[in-house]
Amino acid sequence: MAAFKYESQVRAPLVEGTKDYHQVTEDIIRPIEGPPSRLWWIGFIISVLLLLFGVYSVYREVTYGVGQWNLNKTIGWGWDITNFVWWVGIGHAGTLISAILLLFRQGWRTGVNRAAEAMTIFAVMCAGQFPIWHMGRVWMAFFVLPYPNTRGPLWVNFNSPLLWDVFAISTYFTVSLLFWYSGLIPDLATVRDRARVKWRKYMYGILSFGWTGSTKHWQRHESLSLVLAGLSTPLVLSVHTVVSFDFATSIVPGWHTTIFPPYFVAGAIFSGFAMVQTLLLVTRKVLHLEEYITIEHIEVMNKVIVLTGSIVGIAYLTELFMAWYGQNKYENWAFMENRLNLFSPYGWSYYLMMGCNVLSPQIFWFRKMRRNIFITFFMSILVNIGMWFERFVIIVTSVYRDYLPSSWSTYYSPSIYEVGFYLGTFGLFFTCFFLFAKFFPVIAVAEIKHILKKSGENYKPAAEKVEQQSPDTLYEEVTHHH
Amino acid sequence: MAEKKFVVGSFTEENVLFEAVKKVRKAGYKLHDVYTPFPIHGLDKAMGLRDTSIHTAGFIYAAFGTTTALSFMSWVFTKDWPMNIGGKPHFALPAFIPIIFEFTVLCACVGMVLTFCYICQLAPFVKKHHFHLRATDDLFVMAIECTPKTDENEVSGFLNSAGAREINIQQAETGWWLGTYDKDKKPFETRN
Repeated sequence: MAAFKYESQVRAPLVEGTKDYHQVTEDIIRPIEGPPSRLWWIGFIISVLLLLFGVYSVYREVTYGVGQWNLNKTIGWGWDITNFVWWVGIGHAGTLISAILLLFRQGWRTGVNRAAEAMTIFAVMCAGQFPIWHMGRVWMAFFVLPYPNTRGPLWVNFNSPLLWDVFAISTYFTVSLLFWYSGLIPDLATVRDRARVKWRKYMYGILSFGWTGSTKHWQRHESLSLVLAGLSTPLVLSVHTVVSFDFATSIVPGWHTTIFPPYFVAGAIFSGFAMVQTLLLVTRKVLHLEEYITIEHIEVMNKVIVLTGSIVGIAYLTELFMAWYGQNKYENWAFMENRLNLFSPYGWSYYLMMGCNVLSPQIFWFRKMRRNIFITFFMSILVNIGMWFERFVIIVTSVYRDYLPSSWSTYYSPSIYEVGFYLGTFGLFFTCFFLFAKFFPVIAVAEIKHILKKSGENYKPAAEKVEQQSPDTLYEEVTHHH
Repeated sequence: MAEKKFVVGSFTEENVLFEAVKKVRKAGYKLHDVYTPFPIHGLDKAMGLRDTSIHTAGFIYAAFGTTTALSFMSWVFTKDWPMNIGGKPHFALPAFIPIIFEFTVLCACVGMVLTFCYICQLAPFVKKHHFHLRATDDLFVMAIECTPKTDENEVSGFLNSAGAREINIQQAETGWWLGTYDKDKKPFETRN
């Protein structure tokens, strides 16, 4: 009679300390119930100020036109598409953690999935801003929707990667939001049932949709989560594939390569995990959740970072090789002269990208480094800088010298409003994240309880050692499920 | 909706709960539901609930999405407004794949979540009877429905012997979310 499957003693506990179910509730929900700390207010106010600066930058851009940005003859896509791809990439880790790792039955995802999914949603919200405001006449944005209109009806071009992007990003946002919120409902009900203050009971009563915890509902909930995970897994891979098509289906030297989809997806997971590390290292400290987001979790994510960073590295080298081997002189120029040549105008950005994305994560081959919080934090920032420059390199170095050398002289550097727009999305992202961390449980309470008696530090030793059982006993247990 | 009476008991240990569920079914009491703070694998089987078919609904929504996207794009590009894009074929199936896929996933997810909310009767402002507030914290709360023949004291004693604590009798209004068992007058045990 085992309500919980055994877990190998080799695996470190995922929940540290002596806990019972009630203690888990206390630890995770307590921060929601108190007043926000001073640190929270400081962070929140800075985020809102950044957001306001972003709003002003966008106001300038809408009022005076895209000319407020320093785009020029050859660089029609500057910082804003760089930022778009960067944010979308960051928005990949959450669904990867919650969907793919659910399918692979990775128990450690339970500690980090909720915050990572929230991060995904906020990152995709930030990403969406860039193509929308880049339209210039943003009041025409609804033209991208295929609806029966009075202009013919004139339909959108379903063969265009830019339209695929519209579908991919909006689907991804919707699905991530539904996945995240359906997981939140039981935990919001926990907050509701603990509430002593009237307004909190009322608010969380609305938010938790009247969840009771009925066995039948849980059964459906589990099935729903599994199917959503199954659907999100190809979805998360498709989204960055489609983003890469924006470039790969064009015939611009430097973009026109078949390696882009896998290379973009690996890069997205890479930068997403780095952002998860940045946020969670701070969150666990501030909310005292070190026993739920353990060094073990951090180490596992660092392993993902070194893996995906190396995949990205292989992709960079493959691109270079193909540029040389392919003997197309324009592509060769884009890679050898515009990127690899350190003394070309943007050569520095290529080496910055290589250093941050390929070389620096290699220190995570060492266990000591993977388990060092400060190194991890520093590396997570470095990776995000590197991944931003990857997109900058792809976009700017491919187009700043086109086929007409007379338009080469202009050096692209962003205007204050381009930078302001980018900072504004940081403001949006962190404003949302601060609100989330204050009002929602940042760790999936029900899911932690689900693994507690299997992976909790005080329960693990009591469980029979799976390694010492005979295969027959194990078979018996696996096949006789209650 | 009619008011019904329930005998309610809470458990703290999964193993005790599983045994209790077995005993209740054996004794022929009408097991209304068990409320738990997290999903307990195997409890649905132990209670004799049938598997959910929400994934079948998901498949139907997905199939709807696929056919809608494919037929709509084909109609637009071959019948309604054929455009010559670089001399390429009007019916460009490979180029339709991304949108077909995205729309399939979108329909399946949105449809399934709405279905889930509908069949579980989950929505903002929905009021339900909560048998025990700690059912979302650390207790497993079992509710046994009283039929006209049920002796409440007997059931209470039975629950007590099965290891339940805080046993009490509650009146609750039955909306249909309280259980599809409502329609079923047979004792729980005889159902599969």
